[in-house]
Amino acid sequence: MNKLNFLQPDKNNLNTYLYSGVILVALSIFIVFLNSFFNKDIISFLPGSISFFLPLILGFIGLHLIRIDYSGLKFLDTINKNINTNNFNAFLSLLIVFVVIKSLPPLLSWFIIDANIAGDSKDVCTGSGACWTYIKIWFNRFMYGMYPNAEQWRINLSFIALAFLGTIGFFATEKFKKYLTLYYVVVYPVIAFFFIFFFISGGPIFFDFSYGIIAAVISIIIGFFIPSKFKMYYFIIVPITLYILLKYVFFYEELIELGKLEALEWVETGAWGGLSLTFIVSFFCLIFCFPIGLFLSLGRRSDFPIIKYFSIGMIEFWRGVPLITVLFMSSVMFPMFLPEDMFIDKLVRVIIAISLFEAAYVAEVIRGGLQALPRGQYDAAKSLGMGYWKMHILVILPQALKLVIPGIANTFLALVKDTPLIFVVGLLEIVGMLNLAKTNPEWLGFAMEGYVFASVLFFIICYAMSKYSYNLEQKYKTER
Amino acid sequence: MNIKKILPQLLTLLVVILIFGFFSYNAQVNMENRGITFGYGFLSQESSFDVQFSLIEYDGSHSYFRAYLVGLLNTILVSVIGIIFATIIGVVVGIARLSNNYLINKTAAVYVEFFRNIPLLLQIFFWYFAALRALPLPQDTEPMFGVFFLTIKGFFVPAFVWNNLDIFIYSIIAAIISIIFIRIYARKRQENEGIQTPVFSISIGLLIILPLLSFLFGGVDASVEVPVIKQLSQSGFTYEGGIKLPPELISLALALSLYTATFIAECVRAGVQGVSKGQKEAAASIGLTPNQVLKLVVMPQALRIIIPPTTNQYLNLTKNSSLAAAIAYPDLVLVFAGTALMQTGRAIEIVSITMLTYLSLSISISIFMNWYNKKIAIKEK
Repeated sequence: MNKLNFLQPDKNNLNTYLYSGVILVALSIFIVFLNSFFNKDIISFLPGSISFFLPLILGFIGLHLIRIDYSGLKFLDTINKNINTNNFNAFLSLLIVFVVIKSLPPLLSWFIIDANIAGDSKDVCTGSGACWTYIKIWFNRFMYGMYPNAEQWRINLSFIALAFLGTIGFFATEKFKKYLTLYYVVVYPVIAFFFIFFFISGGPIFFDFSYGIIAAVISIIIGFFIPSKFKMYYFIIVPITLYILLKYVFFYEELIELGKLEALEWVETGAWGGLSLTFIVSFFCLIFCFPIGLFLSLGRRSDFPIIKYFSIGMIEFWRGVPLITVLFMSSVMFPMFLPEDMFIDKLVRVIIAISLFEAAYVAEVIRGGLQALPRGQYDAAKSLGMGYWKMHILVILPQALKLVIPGIANTFLALVKDTPLIFVVGLLEIVGMLNLAKTNPEWLGFAMEGYVFASVLFFIICYAMSKYSYNLEQKYKTER
Repeated sequence: MNIKKILPQLLTLLVVILIFGFFSYNAQVNMENRGITFGYGFLSQESSFDVQFSLIEYDGSHSYFRAYLVGLLNTILVSVIGIIFATIIGVVVGIARLSNNYLINKTAAVYVEFFRNIPLLLQIFFWYFAALRALPLPQDTEPMFGVFFLTIKGFFVPAFVWNNLDIFIYSIIAAIISIIFIRIYARKRQENEGIQTPVFSISIGLLIILPLLSFLFGGVDASVEVPVIKQLSQSGFTYEGGIKLPPELISLALALSLYTATFIAECVRAGVQGVSKGQKEAAASIGLTPNQVLKLVVMPQALRIIIPPTTNQYLNLTKNSSLAAAIAYPDLVLVFAGTALMQTGRAIEIVSITMLTYLSLSISISIFMNWYNKKIAIKEK
């Protein structure tokens, strides 16, 4: 029989140490568990501070006793290695476990047990828990804002269609894979525009817009057959001419007649709101800020001084000011810069402002990728006789963009998280709607539920995005 | 010079000039129509609005420029508080993320993932409208440690009442100056003689002893003024004396520091992980103690990675503090771009001043960062 030394447990009396240690730890957890779940203080006979610290002390001693290196028990070794390497770690682990046990019952009771979800008025919320009835009643408003109830199917249909079209890439056969980039870069955004402006906005604006799309598509198709020598002039002149022709010559009479037809009811952008507005704003800003940022980053590395300093100025300006002042600018200062009779919709102004703002951040991220590429890549491309654009599109950008996927994903995440700021110009997406609902005299006092609900939503969206970007990063990782 | 080089530049220039020309022409026409003349003369006019919370003396009879200063100081105040707490939380969480204790590691990870995936504005609203509204009324508040009162109307903390405050400040300045000299001396001594001086303990000692001497011999005297409850009306109570931190400031600082801390934590983690294992092993193999390894080998290299992105986060925090406008904390945006703009209607001047303030702040910091990066970059031979 070896001598027992409780200050230094060793392998020889493994069982003795193990049993006493496990019993102590279990006891300490049991005390805290009883205390927090059943509100029973079984050690209340002890004086105040001792009974408060007793579980901690018991658990601490117990963890000390079972801290035996190479005990031969796999489970014990795993525990020791992960949460019980030394006294300090053991103490912190215990503290975390106790805090979790302590905070579970109130959280559970607030979220589930004492919460109400039945009924459809404030009166059912009598318990001490959350009032999910409030969320249930206001759910439509949180999702669609002030959008008329009868027309909400338009938003749903657009989003479902866009989500479906967005996943087409996964089903494409090998034959069509090479067109996917074209699809996602050109066709998909155009379709998205189409949906949002036709379906969600409705009204005559659809016609204006569809002319633009028709003009663009026709000119792109014809553009394939134009010799590259004239392409630049072609793409500057032809689409605009086509658009003007379509709008003022070909369809002028039809426009009026179609307007009389039973078109979709026009819903002004001021009525849009809720989570759908968050998606719309983020979506458009994503589409716009990426190309702008790309050009700014290329401009910043350009050899032409005017373009270079213009890009630097743009990037540093937008990065130096807070988004809220940019939105202030777009709402109070920008109208001063326009002719009296010209009016740009609030939502459009906001989208332009956020896009320019985030584009500066995207530009800096992409510049990081461009700088990380070795000079040899540029030299090799040039030695093959590639011009500036060919070199960038075929050689430089594919590698640089691959490198900066995490950075771009972070910028996009920041963009999604910045959308609630549009409350400054009076557009109410989900956070704005929450604040509106909170001040409704019939539903006072449920701020907490609303914010928890929105937090969970945003967390799911942003967390999914960050995980997806991580997957992308792994997928396109190449050894260099 | 060939045309291929000049043409794109000229085109860009032309477009930019056209856009600016268009805008400024319209602005001129619009201002003429509304009868406003462009100019910054309004800054010296009487502002005639009140600000709830200001660090300097201010009321409606002061000028707009002073209102601007009030807003700027409030912005700086909340940014400094936020930066201090964000750094503390961020460093602790960042180190916890590196811990080999599974529970600590995961707790820190959950904290980081949770707080950085929720919009800052939502967090500010949560603290201001939901969490801090659940606090008790002034008359029901249990004091913390007998002197702090956390109520729905704000956080009341005791204030120090100083006699001869200037001497106390001089003593601290003297301590700092002497610490700088001791550092220089210690570095010289180490380079010449190879002897290390315990600079850190000497510094701490000086920082304690000199102000203490000023108390004993300099006639400096401080007494604590504890907030006392006072009845305003039948059900209205408040605390008098001490310092009042308004709930807007608390919720803003709390949200800013919790949010930014997640990013700082990631910076810290990346920095420490960025130091290669070989460095630590090499340092240990030449006989440095673990503390020395940390202090002389790991930290200098880790800081080189940590500091630039962390400064960026500080800058972001300062810019994000402009969200104060959403909960009516009187910062630069609310006081100047909000109230003052409403009163004067001078959109262009006021928005441009506000933007320039933030712009000059961030550009000066980025210039400093570039200088610092150059200074600490590894000089390869």
